[in-house]
Amino acid sequence: MFLLIAVLIVGKTNEVFKIMREIYMDNAATTQLDSKVLRKMLLYLKREYGNPSSMHDKGIIAKNAISSARKKTADILNCKPEEIIFTGSGTESDNLAIFGYARKNKHKGNHIITTKIEHHAVLDCFKMLKKEGFKVTFLDVDKDGFVDLEQLKNSITSKTILVSIIYANNEIGTVQDIPKIAEICHKKQAVLHTDACQAANYLEIDVKKLGVDMMTLNGSKIYGPKGVGVLFKKSDIEIEPIIFGGGQEKGLRSGTENVANIIGFAEALERVRRNLVKEVEKLTFLRDYMINELLKIPDSRLNGPRKNRLPNNVNISFLNIEGESAALLLNEEGIFISTGSACSSKDLDPSHVIMAIGCPAEVAHSSLRFSLGKDICRRDVDYVIKKTKKVVSHLRNMSPLHYKLQEQVKQRKDDDCTLIKEDFE
Amino acid sequence: MADVLDGSKSWFYSGIVKTHFLHPRNMALSNESISEIKPNGVGEVGSPACGDVMKMWIHVDKNERITACKWKTFGCASAIASTSMLSVMVTENKGMLLKDALKIKATDILKRLGGLPAKKIHCSVLGDQALRAAINDYFKRTGQEGRIVKLI
Repeated sequence: MFLLIAVLIVGKTNEVFKIMREIYMDNAATTQLDSKVLRKMLLYLKREYGNPSSMHDKGIIAKNAISSARKKTADILNCKPEEIIFTGSGTESDNLAIFGYARKNKHKGNHIITTKIEHHAVLDCFKMLKKEGFKVTFLDVDKDGFVDLEQLKNSITSKTILVSIIYANNEIGTVQDIPKIAEICHKKQAVLHTDACQAANYLEIDVKKLGVDMMTLNGSKIYGPKGVGVLFKKSDIEIEPIIFGGGQEKGLRSGTENVANIIGFAEALERVRRNLVKEVEKLTFLRDYMINELLKIPDSRLNGPRKNRLPNNVNISFLNIEGESAALLLNEEGIFISTGSACSSKDLDPSHVIMAIGCPAEVAHSSLRFSLGKDICRRDVDYVIKKTKKVVSHLRNMSPLHYKLQEQVKQRKDDDCTLIKEDFE
Repeated sequence: MADVLDGSKSWFYSGIVKTHFLHPRNMALSNESISEIKPNGVGEVGSPACGDVMKMWIHVDKNERITACKWKTFGCASAIASTSMLSVMVTENKGMLLKDALKIKATDILKRLGGLPAKKIHCSVLGDQALRAAINDYFKRTGQEGRIVKLI
């Protein structure tokens, strides 16, 4: 009897441990809140809950807390505190920058420029402004996702008022040459906004060095809280609000400030900047190791560049498998990742980014994105590689395309998008 | 309809869908497993660009019952699960008569799966089309061209 119970307990424990093994490789989607950040936030969630607009002590404490968070953020970005606008998300910051600037300055010109690989938070603003009568240019990118600087130069006219280009792409990790882009824009009197949500953990975000006029950051990608974003806006740039009400944030973002989130944002940003060098070194090593190992799987293709790539981004297409199936099978192994497959998107369209780098839809359908983070170690990476190999071979086994498409691929050898891995060696 | 968004886990699918996805029935793993059923009808539908391709092999006996069915699918979890479920439906109870098999609609598969998220319903539509294509192939091989049905 005792033996039976013991066996049952051991059995159950194994099961529990199996479920417990979780490897989160979706840090480009969001990051875990740093517990030290949370601790700082708790005070303002519970005890110092005042409204910063109130005149009494409770209000003043909250107001001062925001001021110091603003100062801290401004110091990191190397700008003035009044150039920092706290918003509700990265998406909101993008919307405020783009709608706010375009609508306020339309008397200067009606042409605006962005790229084909922006996050939807930027892309959809431009589509909306097109409906409002703006002329919009969507810049092409090359096979690795880099903006063609010549095309940018040639696209800017005297009517161009705004250019928005993503700093580091969230899907394929391509890092654009923002200082160069800023130079081109400013030579032709166009204002430059960049979405730096993915960049904040690893890249230069000194706005003077970058030369940007507006820049978006987001709490949920930097081990900070969700529901808080920042828009850096140079003081001589004029924008109009997209949210109206009590006139907070100098009238540019009405709504009672989310004090705890703002405190959390500044704290999180400070922490990731402090650990930057070490993190970049560690993640670059793990990223390259992972890419090299995964490309050993036949018919796999790296999406995005080898160099000038986010240190935490691995995006690989495994031909003849469908990404959502692969992601769900990996989910069963306790591995959490993303895919560019249409099946996992809300609009049933395959990733616009992978299509923009010139790949056919089936490459987008078969893409998996692993985005590493600060808690990932070599052992995790090895585990994920092992399980990915298993899942890919399982799905290929059941795929009717596996042999058929291989023949087609051989014929397309000259194509940039050829799925033969020698191209990347 | 579908039991979507169970907050604790990222499964957007019903338990039945999940089971069929993780443990697909009648899947053609090797060429041997296909030749084993002596297929006399094979059909393929879908396109890789759209993200779904299904291939189905069937064996029809002289009483016009589908006694065996094997398949391969490239597609998302719901595509895999619905092909798996369809293969169970046509082969259970000693096999389904061709005339009944031709009546299977996407909604019948959906019902057996316990529903699918709304945007995934087209995946199971492909399943019944693959079956029809296989049956048509059987008609063609047996000189019954007159019985070939239209794919929608």
